[in-house]
Amino acid sequence: MTALAGRVSREARNGLLLVSPTLTYALLLLAAPLALVVLLSFWTQDFLEIHRDLTFENYRVAWTEPIYRALMLRSLKISALVTVFTVILAFPIAYFISFHVPTKRKPLWLFLITIPFWTSYLIRIFLWKVILGFNGVVNGSLVGLGLIDEPLSFILYNQNAVVLTLSHAWVPFAILPIYVALERIDRSLLEAAEDLGDGPVRRFLRVTLPLAMPGVLAAALIVFIPTIGDYVTPRLVGGPNGLMIANMIELQFKKANNAPLGAALAISAMVIVSAISIVFLWLNRRYLAGRGG
Amino acid sequence: MSEPIIRMTGIEKAFGDVRALKGVSMEVRVGEFFSLLGPSGCGKTTLLRVIAGFEEPTDGNILIGGRPMDGVPANRRPTNMVFQNYAVFPHMTVAENVEYGLRVRIKDRNERQRQVDDALAMVGLEGFGARHSHELSGGQRQRVALARALVLKPTVLLLDEPLSALDKKLREQMQSELRHLQRAVGITFILVTHDQEEALTMSDRVAVMFEGDIAQLASPQDLYRRPVDRRVAGFIGVMNFIDVRVLGAVPGGVEVDVAGLGRVVVPAEQAPGGTEGPIVAGIRPEMLTVLFDDSDVAARVTEGEIDEVQYFGDMTYYDVKIDGIGKPVTLAMRNTAGRRVLQPGDRARIGWGPDSVLLLR
Ligand SMILES: Nc1ncnc2c1ncn2[C@@H]1O[C@H](COP(=O)(O)OP(=O)(O)OP(=O)(O)O)[C@@H](O)[C@H]1O
Ligand SMILES: [Mg+2]
Repeated sequence: MTALAGRVSREARNGLLLVSPTLTYALLLLAAPLALVVLLSFWTQDFLEIHRDLTFENYRVAWTEPIYRALMLRSLKISALVTVFTVILAFPIAYFISFHVPTKRKPLWLFLITIPFWTSYLIRIFLWKVILGFNGVVNGSLVGLGLIDEPLSFILYNQNAVVLTLSHAWVPFAILPIYVALERIDRSLLEAAEDLGDGPVRRFLRVTLPLAMPGVLAAALIVFIPTIGDYVTPRLVGGPNGLMIANMIELQFKKANNAPLGAALAISAMVIVSAISIVFLWLNRRYLAGRGG
Repeated sequence: MSEPIIRMTGIEKAFGDVRALKGVSMEVRVGEFFSLLGPSGCGKTTLLRVIAGFEEPTDGNILIGGRPMDGVPANRRPTNMVFQNYAVFPHMTVAENVEYGLRVRIKDRNERQRQVDDALAMVGLEGFGARHSHELSGGQRQRVALARALVLKPTVLLLDEPLSALDKKLREQMQSELRHLQRAVGITFILVTHDQEEALTMSDRVAVMFEGDIAQLASPQDLYRRPVDRRVAGFIGVMNFIDVRVLGAVPGGVEVDVAGLGRVVVPAEQAPGGTEGPIVAGIRPEMLTVLFDDSDVAARVTEGEIDEVQYFGDMTYYDVKIDGIGKPVTLAMRNTAGRRVLQPGDRARIGWGPDSVLLLR
């Protein structure tokens, strides 16, 4: 018994030793700055001078001032829309690769999906500007075809453009988890559903989709968490009405000279994202609960 | 006789270059326990999947209950399947699994519930309704698959090697349960198996398949006693194959010269495949006896030396070397009270007769 305990703790020690470089790295570069930001959020700044007495004032402002609340809600809305669109776009692609591409060619298809990453994200955003712009490809074509008299203005420099650009950027990331979940579905379950009387649609809704749900939820998380903090996309294609909370955080840290408020906004956003993520994870666990992992 | 429940004519199925089914024609009778028996890769699963509607035959047609099945998808066929891996839905409870097919068919919830309960009781799973499949043993999972299919009262129940994943004890128990269940519900069962013992003990009739075609379709007794050729004879039970020379037809049978045993007149019905072409003599182990005492008699007697002994408790199997026969001949003796068990090297008198010998193509 003691020998066993000794061995277990030795194994645990070896494990710790193994992860310690990564752990140190993570602590120094992630936890420490985070702690600093948390601390900062309780301070105040008067022009360039920082006062170090602790206060909740920043959080009061962050949670009550209409502008911040509006920006936060807008960010949540945009992220939610991006998540929904991304998953809706990714699912059919993942489904197609998993169910209709011959096994031999699946790796090729997965490889093709990574092609967009061969160019930098900035370049892809600028491409969207070219496509959506006032004199861009879409407007040019529509005017050229005589379908519209004047270029459409609602397609660039607003929230639609942000949602569109972000969705496009994140689809490849959403495809993979959904694909993996679909691949794991035992095909005989689908035949069983058919055998028991289901047509293709009913079978999809009753078997394929529920079994793919862990992948869908994972994809949603993968998209939702980073997009809420994105500030490049809204800055470049969002226009004044498409700005998100991260843009405001940047503003507070730089031009507005109010780093503590920026920190409070950042921490608030993080808390909200964490809360939503926990709900997602809980949902996922409930889906998995029924089948013993 | 009544109209067959399934009639297949000239069913062909090719996967690319592989001809999995080569013109299978057969009929399955109403309410019978029918088995498809054959070695691995002979096309049993493919044939079952053609019946279920999961595979479209390349050629030929199939009637179920008198209705042609061309273009009828699996979900609209009056058949249900018990899959080899059971395919119990992991995201549903046992009760939800059994309810799956009823959901659309029966609107009344209480009625559905009642039928689910009945089906679970029928397979001995009362009280398991709330469990998930990972909380079940292999045998229980299989009962769920069975209940899920039977609750829909199919015209034909298809079972693809449902017992192969179970251990011997449980398998034997499930064999007799399946057989009882089939009698109780009166539904036609088609069972795929590569276990000849299983096929013989459970079925009313057995179709023996080789390489995509049916070699023989008969009752278990006829299969064992009158196999049509040496492939079937070798696949069903143990059979000694011995060289034989046909001497000619005589009144009441065929006169042959069996290597090592001598001349004998074999009754015509013991040559079910005829005597044209190359012929071999087949003798079942229990058709030979060891004559322990001088007072024991047999129609014909020969001498041999015991080569190997396999003792099973109720039976002893001897491999006996007989002059003129290349391979030792296997012989089975029941261990009745007071009967000795011989040892390797012992000499023994072996009794046999004209009715021991089958002539096989
Ligand atoms: N989907 C498929 N694609 C290509 N070939 C197949 C396919 N399904 C079956 N075959 C081939 O058809 C032949 C018959 O296969 P089948 O699965 O019907 O055999 P089986 O009698 O059920 O064997 P087992 O006892 O091993 O299950 C085999 O040669 C197999 O390789
Ligand atoms: Mg098979």
